[in-house]
Amino acid sequence: MQGLLTVIKPGPLSTLQDAGRVGVRHLGISQGGPADLQAWGWANWLLGNNWGSPTLEITLGGLTLVAEQRCHLALCGADMQPQVNGQPLTNNQAFTLAAGDELQLGMAKCGVRAYLAVAGGFIAKPVLGSVACVMRDQLGGHLGDGSKLAVGDTLAFASSAFSSSHVADFIPRRQLPVGALPHYEQAATLMMIPGAQFRFFDDLSLIQAFNQPWRVDPRSDRMGIRLQGPMLHCNIGSLISEGLTLGAVQVPPSGQPIILLNDRQTIGGYPRLGTLTPLACARLAQCQPGQKVRLGTCTASQAQAQYREFRATLKGSHAL
Amino acid sequence: MNKNVSPLPHLENAGMDAWLVRLFDAIDERNMGWITALVSACKQAFGELLVDIVPSYTTVLVQFDALQLDHAQARRLLQQVLRGLAPDLHADDDTAIIELPVWYHLSVGPELARLSQHTGLEIPALIKLHSQPVYRVFALGFAPGFAFMGTLPAQLELPRLTQPRAQVPAGSVAIAGRQTAAYPNASPGGWNLLGRTPTQLFDLQRPSLSLLQVGNKVRFVPITKAQFERLGGDSTPMAKEAY
Repeated sequence: MQGLLTVIKPGPLSTLQDAGRVGVRHLGISQGGPADLQAWGWANWLLGNNWGSPTLEITLGGLTLVAEQRCHLALCGADMQPQVNGQPLTNNQAFTLAAGDELQLGMAKCGVRAYLAVAGGFIAKPVLGSVACVMRDQLGGHLGDGSKLAVGDTLAFASSAFSSSHVADFIPRRQLPVGALPHYEQAATLMMIPGAQFRFFDDLSLIQAFNQPWRVDPRSDRMGIRLQGPMLHCNIGSLISEGLTLGAVQVPPSGQPIILLNDRQTIGGYPRLGTLTPLACARLAQCQPGQKVRLGTCTASQAQAQYREFRATLKGSHAL
Repeated sequence: MNKNVSPLPHLENAGMDAWLVRLFDAIDERNMGWITALVSACKQAFGELLVDIVPSYTTVLVQFDALQLDHAQARRLLQQVLRGLAPDLHADDDTAIIELPVWYHLSVGPELARLSQHTGLEIPALIKLHSQPVYRVFALGFAPGFAFMGTLPAQLELPRLTQPRAQVPAGSVAIAGRQTAAYPNASPGGWNLLGRTPTQLFDLQRPSLSLLQVGNKVRFVPITKAQFERLGGDSTPMAKEAY
């Protein structure tokens, strides 16, 4: 049995995202997946969903959905002043919609992206092993062809997932650990692992890069987020195109970094200062245009330890 | 700080869960045997712990499972792989040349005119020049199944369009610099268009997905409009404003 949610208003950009498409990047296919894997992970965690369960990523807000069946949902990430049938709802907790209930999201007040999870996860046909929506590649999403949500679309979920008494019992009690609550309004320091071309940037550029604030450029999307600030100068102009990782901080001749996110191209040839950690990418994805960020450095093993801790916390049921 | 370039091959830090193996410093067809050998060796050595591997002209990016493998462990594993690496001799077999039929025509390849002006050559001579060489697939990227092929005859070298087109039709055969490619799907693009192939380059129903893979050899074969249409090609001319 499948339950359904119907899209009344899609907002400017709402897409289905699971953990992303892997094992296919040698064919030029993007990774996709949630731009903020923290909020996405916590939304699934609140419902007891497995890591990787398909969740809606709502960019900027403006989404309205109506439930065709009773369902358990959780909303994390940007604060879009959610309402159910006109009554305010709090972020970062699970809630239940009855058949006919309407969930309304306004525009993001704080943060950029919100994640709506359903108990058991949304159901869509995987394309190359993933339902992650990559519009540029025309792959994945609720229709399988890289479409974002449109008026009248329906989102399917397993209705058996919310009938079990186990789920019904624990869902209302699960709370985000206090330390996991986001503070998107605060200035963020983004940790970066220095990369191979780091030493080719001149000394002044390196001093400025880590001691002056950067501003998030409005020309940013799921492919990459541009930063505005001191002009960085690299002694090598461009490279022969090579594979790009999530969080790569590439510096084109403009001297203004572009940080590559989930829908990035698979290869590219600009010199790179380094690679943001996955959690730094998640934080950056919630920065509104004009917001200030700083760059910091860390080692790959520090980044791994932090990532492993995050994954372990999501696995744990200590908050039950 | 030592600013000298380290000897090749070497490993470069590419983040929490990846290393970039730099094998060469220049584009060369002879690289491909080493690149494809490294890809197979990594698949073998990393097994389930390999998340993604992205070969390109001179490098191979290796992404591993950060939950199960330490960054330093991955480095040691790659060093081992590199010590035992021998080039893939089959990479140079001349058995499999993939032929891509192309309808070269101004209505689907508007830059034939620009190229003719630029080189002083008539269009039939340009077609001959483009379809004669056996090209090598150096890398896949930009879009699913988009293969960067080289090396284009120096005479055909033409810079990208100053203003990229918002929409390049699927199958468009294009050149830029010393490279050539065919667009698997309609997408924005700034390369110079010479014609169109009816061959489907990226297909979810095909086990290998992309017809072209890094290391493959490719030749373009000129066909007529009638042949193009018989092979299922869409001969809709480019919109005037897209020229």
